Amino acid sequence: MEQPAQNTSSGVDASFDQLNRDWYIDKAVQVLVFLGGISAIVFIIGIFVFISKEGFGFLVGDFNFKEFFFSPNWRPTSESKETFGILALVAGTASVTGLAMLIAIPFSLGAAIFIAEFASGKTREFLKITVELLAAIPSVVWGFIGLAIMNPIIIETFNVPVGLNVLNAGVILGLMAAPIMTSIAEDALKAVPDRYREAAEAMGATRWQVIYKVVLPAAKNGLLGAVLLGVGRGFGETMAVLMATGHSINIPTSVFDSVRALTATIAAELGETAAGSSHYQALFTIGIFLFIITFIINLAADLIVRGVRKG
Amino acid sequence: MFEATQLNRKNKTRQRMFSIGLGSMTGLLILPVALIMGMLIYKGAPVISFEFLFTSPTNGMTAGGIFPALLGTVLLVIVALLASVPLGVAAAIYLSEYAPDNWFTRAINLAIINLAGVPSIVHALFGVGAFVIFFKFGTSILAASLTLAIMTLPVVIVATRESLQAVPMAFREACWNMGATRWQTIRSVVLPNAITGILTGVILEVSRTAGETAPIMFTGAAFFLPLLPQGVFDQTMALSLHLFVVSTQVPGMPEQLPFGVALVLISMVLIMNSLSIALRMYLRGKKKW
Amino acid sequence: MVKLGVKDLSISYAGERVLEGVNFDIQEHEIFGIIGPANAGKTSFLKAINRMDMFNTEMTVDGEIRFNNVDVSKIRNVYGLRRRIGVVFPLPVGLPLSIYDNVALAPRLGGQKDKAELDIIVERCLTRAALWDEVKDRLDSLGSMLSGGQQQRLTIARALSQDPEMLMLDEFSIAVDPVTTMRIEDVLKELRSEVTIILVTNLVQQARRLADRTAFFLGGRCVEVGVTEDLFTGEVQDQRTRDYVEGRFG
Repeated sequence: MEQPAQNTSSGVDASFDQLNRDWYIDKAVQVLVFLGGISAIVFIIGIFVFISKEGFGFLVGDFNFKEFFFSPNWRPTSESKETFGILALVAGTASVTGLAMLIAIPFSLGAAIFIAEFASGKTREFLKITVELLAAIPSVVWGFIGLAIMNPIIIETFNVPVGLNVLNAGVILGLMAAPIMTSIAEDALKAVPDRYREAAEAMGATRWQVIYKVVLPAAKNGLLGAVLLGVGRGFGETMAVLMATGHSINIPTSVFDSVRALTATIAAELGETAAGSSHYQALFTIGIFLFIITFIINLAADLIVRGVRKG
Repeated sequence: MFEATQLNRKNKTRQRMFSIGLGSMTGLLILPVALIMGMLIYKGAPVISFEFLFTSPTNGMTAGGIFPALLGTVLLVIVALLASVPLGVAAAIYLSEYAPDNWFTRAINLAIINLAGVPSIVHALFGVGAFVIFFKFGTSILAASLTLAIMTLPVVIVATRESLQAVPMAFREACWNMGATRWQTIRSVVLPNAITGILTGVILEVSRTAGETAPIMFTGAAFFLPLLPQGVFDQTMALSLHLFVVSTQVPGMPEQLPFGVALVLISMVLIMNSLSIALRMYLRGKKKW
Repeated sequence: MVKLGVKDLSISYAGERVLEGVNFDIQEHEIFGIIGPANAGKTSFLKAINRMDMFNTEMTVDGEIRFNNVDVSKIRNVYGLRRRIGVVFPLPVGLPLSIYDNVALAPRLGGQKDKAELDIIVERCLTRAALWDEVKDRLDSLGSMLSGGQQQRLTIARALSQDPEMLMLDEFSIAVDPVTTMRIEDVLKELRSEVTIILVTNLVQQARRLADRTAFFLGGRCVEVGVTEDLFTGEVQDQRTRDYVEGRFG
């Protein structure tokens, strides 16, 4: 069986190592999909660059840091003196988002726990689908609901002159954000391995004790991520707050005050400004501010959620 | 023994209370929305007719139908999909099939998360700065659709990536071992088995795109146009913006009409989403390995 | 003639050595057995031959592997190399395509479009893999839905459809019943006249039945290479080979 192994120099056959058509196609596809892959980065940078470009003139011109962040006066079209203070707008956004979270956080966490830990079979499936469908309702429809349905209800129930206010927008935004928060929170709870639950149950813990002592602590970061994304969503919501807040510049003292949000201001005023004017540029500057804040919120949420997966 | 039983019973009752409590919280989330939907249908359904769907608004939009808005939304969605589906699928293929596990890939993922998280009005500002002004598309279907495409890109990417990753690694290795190139492997085995999953993502994107309002307000959608758009460089009406307009901007609007518009819009969106969910469930029931 | 020359080969995953110091030549048209317990580096060795390290950034290969006297680490088109080397791994993989398409895939990727030609290839390969009789009436059904044993034979048919110069089998009988194993072994004996076969196996008797020469891998090293019969009759250089062959460990 032993064969002479000396003729190693002969038998060279490199015919398979040809760069054929398939090889070039493969390389070309690799480049194309890479371009697709980096497009997300290109766009995110593009967003920042283009809104900064439009807002730049204001930032180096009329922009006054103290006035911009600490003045409650947003009078971009004043004849005598234009003032660009976003404090009242920030207060509007914060009050509406705050109320929305007050409603959405307990309800969505409760719903998430119910769906993940208590509901089973058909109920669970039904609830999950319902939550998913609720999350799909467009924000302009929510705005319309605030305007056409919530508004008269609030006027009648609380006997106030105007039903478009912090309460209205807060409830609407809460209902909007809750399904998304529920489904992210449910994912976080489901990600807790079953063996944790089994181990605790084997030690005689009741269902609730298992959830309270084992599941919730283990899912803590994911739940926090869900809350953060809800905040980000509320903060950035445009149409619903435009239609349901009453859109008047105010630092609210009660939930029945009408307010105006940062996002809604851009939506309402951009169409009426001349490109390149201070007002126009100031609106883009608000855009930069919104972009940076949501970027930070999303980054934080991602870091927190990723933290769980690693740990 | 007796004490233990009592404790048990107490625990049982308590557990039931928690279950009922949490269940009713869930119910309280869903119930108001169900009531609202009921009201939308109750007030909106009488408005909807063949004529409502297929004629133009008349009398300063206080009468007539919504055809130009409906058509506009369809056009916006189609152009947006033409841009975002190829790009999103390519991005997902890169992330699922090629991307190494390094900082650069994490940066791409972070960018995708942010693209989904940036407020829609900021996307609108970007659309104005980039497409309307810089690329000189003007306020047009093209500018609005591209803005929508970028905004909803994460939906396609995430859905596609998930369905690609659901195809077992062993299939790829089997192909590579046969001498298939990466692309041949993707084309002949990976993509065919992920296509339904990708489709669910695309349908979801249609739903998202159709419902968005803020990104198109200043990039291509108009309150009212007497004529239908003739090309992608024309402006268009859109259903979502039309709802905003008829419910806030037009004095003397009959109360019912906006309900009709809202009902059409939400039906469109929910039908799309239900379709996507149904497709996903069908897929789950039909395993190929 | 030397089909595959291996010189000072070592393989690491993420810096950790899994195989080192491998030196031997595999002759054309021989069945070359590789035996050894788990984690001996056998599978890594096969992966290094057809350059599967390319898609795995953790895997590094040092030393030299020459296929047809061409250094595989210097190959530009690894797909061309893999096309000439058929591989069968321990766990059968029926692709989620029809049985017909499973076998026709490689010829099609190679540019074969003629339906009649493909029919011939599919029938020939399935027959050789001892699967034709069982599936000839349902070539349209999914290959991934066949039983484990059938999928393994489908995998072999697929490897043959490439018309390979070399066939590498990695513990192919793990997922196959004894009767099928015997049938496949008969097929391998027939194939010897056409292709070079590397047979990695955990069954020492399988190596004895089939292999002309056999290498013994242990703990990431190639302990011994010799004519198979010598290993089994005790003419070994290393005591550990004898112990393993006689079943004292492994």
